[in-house]
Amino acid sequence: MGDPLFWHRLQFGFTATYHYLFPQLTMGLALVIVILKGLGLKTGEARYSDAARFWIRIFGINFAVGVVTGIPLEFQFGTNWARFSHLTGGIIGQTLGMEGMFAFFMESSFLGLLIWGEKKLSPRGHFGAALALWFGSWLSGYFIIATNAFMQHPTGFAVAADGTLQLTSFWSFLLNPWALGQYAHNMIAAVVTGSFAVAAVGAYWTLKGIHPVQADLNLRTGTILGLIFSVLVAFPTGDLQGKLVAKYQPIALAAMEGRFESGPRAALTLIGQPNVPIRKIENPIKVPAVLSFIAYGTFSSNVQGLLAFPEELWPQNIELLYYSFHIMAGLGTLMIGLMGLAGFLLWRGRLASTRSVLWLLMLAVPFPYIATTAGWAVAEFGRQPWLVYGVLRTSQGSSPLVHSGHTAFTTLGFAGIFVVLSMLWLFLIGRELAHDPDSQAH
Amino acid sequence: MEFLWFWLVSVMFAIYIVLDGFDFGAGILHLLVAKTNAERREVLGAIGPFWDGNEVWLLAGGGSLFLAFPKVLASGFSGFYLAMWLVVWCLMLRGISIEFRSHLQDGLWRHFWDGTFAVASVLLPVLLGAALGNVLRGVPVDGSGYFNMPLWTDFRLGPQPGILDWYTVLIGVFALVTMAAHGSVFLAWKTQGPVHDRAKALAPRLWLLVLVLWVLATATTSLVNPGILTNFPRAPLAWLASLLFLGGLGLVFASLRREQHLLAFLGSGAFILGLLAATAACVYPVMLKSTLSPAFDLTALNASVGGHSLRTGLVWWLIGFPIAIGYGAFLFRFHRGKVVAAEEGEGY
Ligand code: HDD
Ligand code: HEM
Ligand code: HEM
Repeated sequence: MGDPLFWHRLQFGFTATYHYLFPQLTMGLALVIVILKGLGLKTGEARYSDAARFWIRIFGINFAVGVVTGIPLEFQFGTNWARFSHLTGGIIGQTLGMEGMFAFFMESSFLGLLIWGEKKLSPRGHFGAALALWFGSWLSGYFIIATNAFMQHPTGFAVAADGTLQLTSFWSFLLNPWALGQYAHNMIAAVVTGSFAVAAVGAYWTLKGIHPVQADLNLRTGTILGLIFSVLVAFPTGDLQGKLVAKYQPIALAAMEGRFESGPRAALTLIGQPNVPIRKIENPIKVPAVLSFIAYGTFSSNVQGLLAFPEELWPQNIELLYYSFHIMAGLGTLMIGLMGLAGFLLWRGRLASTRSVLWLLMLAVPFPYIATTAGWAVAEFGRQPWLVYGVLRTSQGSSPLVHSGHTAFTTLGFAGIFVVLSMLWLFLIGRELAHDPDSQAH
Repeated sequence: MEFLWFWLVSVMFAIYIVLDGFDFGAGILHLLVAKTNAERREVLGAIGPFWDGNEVWLLAGGGSLFLAFPKVLASGFSGFYLAMWLVVWCLMLRGISIEFRSHLQDGLWRHFWDGTFAVASVLLPVLLGAALGNVLRGVPVDGSGYFNMPLWTDFRLGPQPGILDWYTVLIGVFALVTMAAHGSVFLAWKTQGPVHDRAKALAPRLWLLVLVLWVLATATTSLVNPGILTNFPRAPLAWLASLLFLGGLGLVFASLRREQHLLAFLGSGAFILGLLAATAACVYPVMLKSTLSPAFDLTALNASVGGHSLRTGLVWWLIGFPIAIGYGAFLFRFHRGKVVAAEEGEGY
């Protein structure tokens, strides 16, 4: 506990995890809002603009919390990870700077217009504001993911004589293959979060028998988008992520799967508890050869286990890594199942009357949140013990003179602020849900 | 290249202070100039569409510093560790107060956010001013390039000072009053009715106080950091910047008399921009002065990143900067004219 590194890591992980609860809904809803506004423009039907207006209000509250929880992250590079910032600033400073210049300015300028500007702008102008916000938020997603991708799989750099990392190829840094894969997976996951929220609200109103027009529209939109994107998050993008990890971080793959021994026809562990001291999975339920297929595309490939690598290169937190991965992939499968069922019922015209499935849709909102949080835990714990994979150790990146007393103090401060923010968010979102979404009702 | 980037970063931070400065000012003054709920919403309506964009200048400026002088960012941010988090917490509270206040039509709820907004708006300029004071006075960076300072020790200067000592607090107060004065002309320009009248009445008094504190701050700065005075005659940019801030100051007083508040606001922006630019010109190339030995100073030359990064950064910077200015100009045009408090349930 006296170790400053422990507190730096806790603080970064805690604040980043909390922050990401908000952007994922922001980015997902941004697309939903663009679709709804677009349909409204095209058909001229009020129900689309009504639905858009309802989600824009939720978006506004969520966005505000996303902004204020994002600011501390930007600062933490300098405050908590000073040596890392010093060594890599010429590289990741590029994407972090571009994120501000190209994405945040755009988002912040058009936010007010989207939320409060409907009366002042033409319908086209308002659609334009929605488009700008969608574009801006997805662009900021790219820059931050490209930054993270450099840490996962550094490209386009060279180590200079003084130990700093110098940019050698801007484009190979910006178009890092890891970034492209991670971005696709992560953004699709964000749309999953958005669609589950839309479907849940539709299900809730249907169950209560209120606002029939809006209930139907939301249920339909959420289910269709939810089904498409739940599938896409697993295949091809999740699959691609798995292959990237297998290729560039084979140790992380072994840890995610709790695999100690190497060998061909590697089995996929569905359930089981890793016992790291004796290097074994207890009570396993396995599917033979599937892991080989997921990682390398053939059933016969050799998948290395942890024992094939020196122990000092193992991620420190194998248990958490293992569970996080299984939670993400498990929930992903469940979510495809749920949306598949709902989509089938929708197609047969029976969804609105199947109360059990409506209940499930309404209660499933936390699933995507848990899956994305677990996904980031996989990425970030799997990267250990490296801060920049293969180049810089996490223990060499923290601020040299900041002591545990400082970091513990501010971490606790954040815990307090986050409790307040969570209560405000729940309270304000709850109030919005109670509003009548129909414009005709006024 | 280093020289250019030193100026790019300085200009971004100066723009940040000018822009977020007016909404800080509005926050400092709103309890005084806006008494009723409608009046408070008028003030919020005046800054609501702008505050987030203004704050992005801080993030973008920080990003530019990160890119060009990572050593300065690393040393400064970790050295001011606790003060940094106080700044961040204030920024968070302010953002939330502005965004959430009008969501509920409840007196207590609104009083709470008004108070939070005011407190955070007062603390921020003091902290940012004190940060500038630290940069001018120097910090105990040693041969490793790092330092760590307590928030305060005995409030005296010396080789191991605290972040807050009498000098940095003075600069903090100067910043507070300047932001308040800047905000007063902004509100006089953008509002009408009682808010306008009160802001208008406060403005000349605040500006006189700015004048007094400016003399005091300049005098003490030349005591604390004598290098500034010796550099000044040799720095042509410092002369140029001085013309800008003196001209701005003159414009403020002249336009206040004629009740041309837009001009006064522009003058006040020029004053802040010029003053910061003159300071930057006088300290160049030092970015973090060491109180221990000049050999440990972090400068634009010894803390800069390699040339390839700087050139690459310049390309996108030159594309991004005009776009950012363009968004700002668009916003000011879109929200031109005096603000009116929005109806309940709409707007800030
Ligand atoms: C892929 C998505 C994603 C991820 C992984 C992160 N963010 Fe984020 N962030 C966003 C997507 C996003 C967003 C959706 O674009 C937000 C939400 C509100 C906003 O302005 O943009 C945002 C807001 C936001 C803001 C506020 C911008 C403003 O004032 O307008 C900052 C400073 C950051 N983020 C910084 C970070 C940092 C340093 C991260 C590294 C851990 C990070 N974000 C992870
Ligand atoms: C938003 C989703 C993210 C989540 C939930 C997340 C989570 C975490 C967690 C749990 C840790 C602690 C790891 C450990 O102690 O073993 C961590 C560390 C870290 N993450 Fe992330 N992370 C996210 C995104 C990012 C991004 C996009 C970046 C880069 C731009 C990043 C940079 C870092 C850094 C610098 C550390 C500290 C060093 C380390 O422990 O490796 N993270 N993150
Ligand atoms: C069902 C099959 C899935 C597979 C095979 C899969 C695969 C992966 C893999 C291997 C990673 C780790 C990448 C790394 O180490 O950087 C990852 C990360 C992640 N996953 Fe998944 N995933 C699946 C489902 C989901 C679901 C359902 C969600 C959320 C809705 C999700 C969200 C994320 C996120 C946010 C990350 C971290 C950021 C990133 O690396 O993109 N995943 N995924």
